[in-house]
Amino acid sequence: MVMSEIGNITELKNVLEVALLTSHEPLSLDDMQRLFAERMERATLRMLLDELKQDWADRTMELVQVASGYRFQARVEYADFLARLNPERQARYSRAVMETLAIIAYRQPVTRGDIEEIRGVAVNPNVIRQLQERDWIDVVGQREVPGRPSLYATTRHFLDDLNLRSLSELPPMEDFTQQEISI
Amino acid sequence: MIETPLNAKIKGEEFTELPRDLYIPPDALEVYLETFEGPLDLLLYLIRKHNLDILDIPMAELTRQYMEYVEKMRAIKLELAGDYLLMSAMLIEIKSRMLLPKPVEVAEENDPRAELVRRLMEYEAIKLAAQQLDEMPKVGDGISVASAYYQHISQIKPPEVGLDDLADAWRNVLKRASHFKHHKVGHSELSVREHMSIILRRLKDDRLLEFTQLFDVKNDGIPKLVVCFLAILELAREGLLRITQQQAFSPIYVQIASDLSHGHE
Repeated sequence: MVMSEIGNITELKNVLEVALLTSHEPLSLDDMQRLFAERMERATLRMLLDELKQDWADRTMELVQVASGYRFQARVEYADFLARLNPERQARYSRAVMETLAIIAYRQPVTRGDIEEIRGVAVNPNVIRQLQERDWIDVVGQREVPGRPSLYATTRHFLDDLNLRSLSELPPMEDFTQQEISI
Repeated sequence: MIETPLNAKIKGEEFTELPRDLYIPPDALEVYLETFEGPLDLLLYLIRKHNLDILDIPMAELTRQYMEYVEKMRAIKLELAGDYLLMSAMLIEIKSRMLLPKPVEVAEENDPRAELVRRLMEYEAIKLAAQQLDEMPKVGDGISVASAYYQHISQIKPPEVGLDDLADAWRNVLKRASHFKHHKVGHSELSVREHMSIILRRLKDDRLLEFTQLFDVKNDGIPKLVVCFLAILELAREGLLRITQQQAFSPIYVQIASDLSHGHE
């Protein structure tokens, strides 16, 4: 009885493991429920995922939770090795792009006007477009003022890409006056 | 916090006495000018560089330096956004308002610099946050996500087959076979290419033939005659045949084109 139960749990974990390892996007609890013919309680799933995480504790990949679900990813200590496989690193975004992203991330939802007010310069439409193409921001509504400007917010994909579960995990904003002079 | 005009003047004098090495000549900045993200960025740079107190900005000094850089930018024909000029006006306005004498008991939020300071601090916070976001590892840049290979085979239910379906299928096979047979026979019989070869071979032996000799009107059906005619036309088009006629209604002769050229040599 006990043996069969353990065997069963191992098999359930195997199913979760193979699904997570082969999925190109994080799997949500809803996704993982669809793996099984019988009804699987979310609490059971979480328990199984916890065990799976433990099983992989000594391996090179780890099971992590991000905004849109769970995924396996390489442990951070191997990042330098893996980076050598693809020496041409991703092109850096300009400061304009990153500052716009930061404003949207920390002050969302914001309009172009809000962004311009904080940065003190006009927003280049290319900047918004780049961030939308990356699927890091999208329009979540319009502000009910003349012109009905679009309100921008960050997406779950943005959080996934930055390894975050929610916006509250963003690094805290630092105050100017606490900053040392670094120039 | 509010300086009386007298204090501000003293502060101003202090800044004129700054050691020269703390002053950045605009030339040295030329390289960086294009990297400023706007007037707030430039102001922050100046404040930080000169170790100015953000909560007690010496407006005269800051405005003077700011204007100097803006002038420098215009001199090297840098595309100057209106934002920079707008900021110049704002700085000058704040500076002049500070020169006006004020009652000592004026509340702090009436400091003409307050709004500028608020904006500078907010921008600085965003600027630092942007740097932090930039430095964070991201999927594809520092984070490698598992992507084990899996051959996705879409599951298709085996379709149900009835007796009628089988019968229909068989009828279709027969129908298609008959089409195929007909087409195949016709193809071999009416091949233009094949007739082109036949005609060329006959002309090789006979050199010159009358046009009508190429057609066996008694034995060949109309389709074959048409194909034969098409073959002649095709041969002529490809320059392999030469078709000649001395005058209207006289016999038409067909000969191999290469024979003709040999004859001329």
